[in-house]
Amino acid sequence: MKSYSHLLPNEASLQDMLKEIGISSLDDLYSDIPAEYVLKAPVDVPGPLTQMEVERHMAQKLASVSSHPESPCFLGGGVWPHYIPAAVGLIASRSEFYTAYTPYQPEISQGVLQALFEYQSMVCDLTGTDAANASMYDWPTAAAEAARMAVRVSRRKDVLVASSAGFERRKVMETYLSAIGSRVRQVPFDGRTGLTDIAEMERLMSEDVAAVYVEQPNFFGAVETSVREMADMVHSKGSLFIVGVEPTSLGLLRPPGEYGADLVVGEGQPLGIPMNYGGPSLGIFAARGDLAFIRQMPGRIIGQTTEKGTDRKGYVMVLQSREQHIRREKATSNICTNQALMAVMAAAYLALLGPDGLRRLSRTITSNAHHVAKRIGEGGRYAAPFFDSEFYCDFTFSARGRVAKGSEIHSALASRGVHGALPMGWFYPELEDVALMSVTEAHVASDVDRLLSALAEAP
Amino acid sequence: MVFRQAAWDEALLRDLSRPGRVGYVPPLPIGEETDLSLPGGLLRDSVELPSLTELQVVRHFVRLSQMNYSVDTGMYPLGSCTMKFNPKLDDRVASNPRLEGAHPYQHADGVQGILSALWEVSEALARVAGMDRVSLLPAAGAQGEFAGVLMMKKYHEVHGAASRTEIIIPDSAHGTNPASAAMAGLDVITVPSDSRGMVDLDRLKGLVGPRTAGMMMTVPNTLGLFERDVLKISELVHKGGGLMYYDGANMNAILGRVRPGDLGFDVVHMNIHKTFSTPHGGGGPGAGPVGVKSFLADYLPVPLLEKKGGRLAWRRDLPHTIGHLKGGYGNTGVLVRALAYLLTLGPGGLADVSGQAVLASNYLLKKLSREHYAVPFAQGTPRKHEFVVSAKPIARRGGSALKVSKALLDEGVHSPTVYFPLIVEEALMVEPTESEPLENLDRFAESMNAIARTAMEEPAKLENLPKKSSIGNLDEARASHPLTLKLTWKRKGPGQ
Repeated sequence: MKSYSHLLPNEASLQDMLKEIGISSLDDLYSDIPAEYVLKAPVDVPGPLTQMEVERHMAQKLASVSSHPESPCFLGGGVWPHYIPAAVGLIASRSEFYTAYTPYQPEISQGVLQALFEYQSMVCDLTGTDAANASMYDWPTAAAEAARMAVRVSRRKDVLVASSAGFERRKVMETYLSAIGSRVRQVPFDGRTGLTDIAEMERLMSEDVAAVYVEQPNFFGAVETSVREMADMVHSKGSLFIVGVEPTSLGLLRPPGEYGADLVVGEGQPLGIPMNYGGPSLGIFAARGDLAFIRQMPGRIIGQTTEKGTDRKGYVMVLQSREQHIRREKATSNICTNQALMAVMAAAYLALLGPDGLRRLSRTITSNAHHVAKRIGEGGRYAAPFFDSEFYCDFTFSARGRVAKGSEIHSALASRGVHGALPMGWFYPELEDVALMSVTEAHVASDVDRLLSALAEAP
Repeated sequence: MVFRQAAWDEALLRDLSRPGRVGYVPPLPIGEETDLSLPGGLLRDSVELPSLTELQVVRHFVRLSQMNYSVDTGMYPLGSCTMKFNPKLDDRVASNPRLEGAHPYQHADGVQGILSALWEVSEALARVAGMDRVSLLPAAGAQGEFAGVLMMKKYHEVHGAASRTEIIIPDSAHGTNPASAAMAGLDVITVPSDSRGMVDLDRLKGLVGPRTAGMMMTVPNTLGLFERDVLKISELVHKGGGLMYYDGANMNAILGRVRPGDLGFDVVHMNIHKTFSTPHGGGGPGAGPVGVKSFLADYLPVPLLEKKGGRLAWRRDLPHTIGHLKGGYGNTGVLVRALAYLLTLGPGGLADVSGQAVLASNYLLKKLSREHYAVPFAQGTPRKHEFVVSAKPIARRGGSALKVSKALLDEGVHSPTVYFPLIVEEALMVEPTESEPLENLDRFAESMNAIARTAMEEPAKLENLPKKSSIGNLDEARASHPLTLKLTWKRKGPGQ
């Protein structure tokens, strides 16, 4: 018995199977491969280990990891600590969901199809849009695919991106757009408010601009106050308006579809998905517009239909002629494997919250973030928020009356078992003294006390 | 086999909703209640989500799960998807709260344990693929392809050959190959298969030239045939100035036996959710690490994990990097499952897995080729982890690959991949994997053959199947028709 024999049921049946095939040894099945291609010695990898040994090995590795909530995490910017209701864990652990493939056979895959249809419906409700896909990899890739869709639809080539948008979103958009010769141009933000400069945006508009990408709230947590004016201005130039969102903020903030967003993207991780050191997460992708526009969307889309010959409702993948397995090099995207299980988790999370729960969540996050910002400012050592704007969940701060790099504060906190103060200097050289803090419903009073005492000892 | 799938008439969440209900109550604020101080135009009027209790939500999704076929439910011989068993240990290892509670922007000192796991998996994958350096960033196979072809493109740009914009792709390739190349701004050139079902070497010679950026290959190919000329092909493409890309979708066939790096490939992606047994999640998440030979290491996407003096950290300043590919560092939760799997198998286990997968595949091929299914290309040549048969003989009697696939569902078995690869008429692509016990292979073969006999003798019996599934055939035309398209539970869709 080998330590991995539980994974190989037919080793004992080898002779019978070889006989059926009409060969004498398993090597005969590799006889078509020229001998010089075949390895002479086994690949040099560790193992084999028994189940218990593997579990010990991994547990030992992870034992030293400093994690929320034991080491409270006040980092945000694209991934956030949130409390995950127990029911989401149960639903995600149904192996009928998680060990299935993409639902190519709809008759036996109604479960995941209906769940994804419900996910799409709730995303559209939240964002004020007409259609959503069943998931992208994450927010950055969703933003990048949205920008490429805009380039495709408008037949224009440049994309304006608010520099107040998240670093990874901007960088991934650059990778995806430069691949097809499109340029990303940054729209600056106001140094006092941290808000996108709409006058400068208008100055940068031209007939080459396919779309403008803005985040609400932006990377600094600041709520952009001119989104409707931006949408009107962008549309008046014949360009598309793409808005990136953190979805829990939509319990309070106006849905982007209502102020003129053509495409809405965002990070679904706050909706019941563990941080997992950044992945797997969930890219939200939704569109507002007519069918011709929606046909340009990337990714899987689930639709409702009926059973042939009856009125029974059922669900299938629709508009597949957009996709790589049919359209090949003319597909709207190469995406195949996506983040379906995360979309099911988000659907469960939103269904549990409902409208009242979501509002409660958004209000708690708002209240906690403002509470912590106020207390950070109270000691006199820091100014919080650094930007003079209303904020949600994330906010900036800086040392008052002395020089303290954001990265030094970040390290000082980490050495005291608290994670926070994301250094803005990593992404904006001019903001070396500024750091980003994030507070959600997943923080309790003692977490905040630990943060404040660590901050009091920081440079 | 007796099979009846659950058939709940499960209403949509919206229709189960009653005002005032809630399924989860978030915490109250730490301090005083604060409202956003914003003009009304920026605030939303109402939230439209359904209102349900926890019981209702749990029951809803549990019922839905019962209407979802999965590997844990039954055999899933879906060709090219490697639906092997997902060891439960791997899930347990990945659900470690220390991993789940780690933030990607955390200080590297506090996450050395995670980085060490990622380092181990990248090293092991590099050795399995015969590559020098692996990036774990790509979220899926298609994103690995995108990263790979971008690196090839950038390599030529850096070497003053920006005019190399053509990617040669066999006509048997997965759709993601041409789609990824096009996404990278490259031109797709298709090379046909020859009568052996392999890349037509003579035709390829005529396609390689000064515009060639490289070639993408799947080995074994989607017919389950090992591309015997692969080394000649690599030499031809390299001589012509191009680079070679290995699509790892079919790596389960050669795991621990043959390394793409020894076949002349410069770039490789691996499908963690296929070969390395992580669950597919009903469509994702997966992971598609991309590996390269050392001369391309500076082109990898960033951030790249590096080890310096025993400490692991992310590096972002690679000289020729193609840039950022996604947020974070890859699908860590998926990658640690792969590490658990690799550690379980060890060097010998890798080769045992591929051997057993190929054994099961050829065993089934033998059983299916005895009666009514035709075997396209290269009779007598052993297949690898998967094979393709054609339902063309029964199509003459009114059957089809589609009808076979739907009839199989009533046997409690997932269908093979149908109508792919495109070069085989009425294709049924079967991949049993190493995990399925012999008696299940036998039962599957009996079902397939019985269905074929029915198709020949009483074809009418194959109409309107399946009948034992949660729902019968769905109206696909209605589903995608502009006038009836329904993408959300709102009353009216975008087409109406």
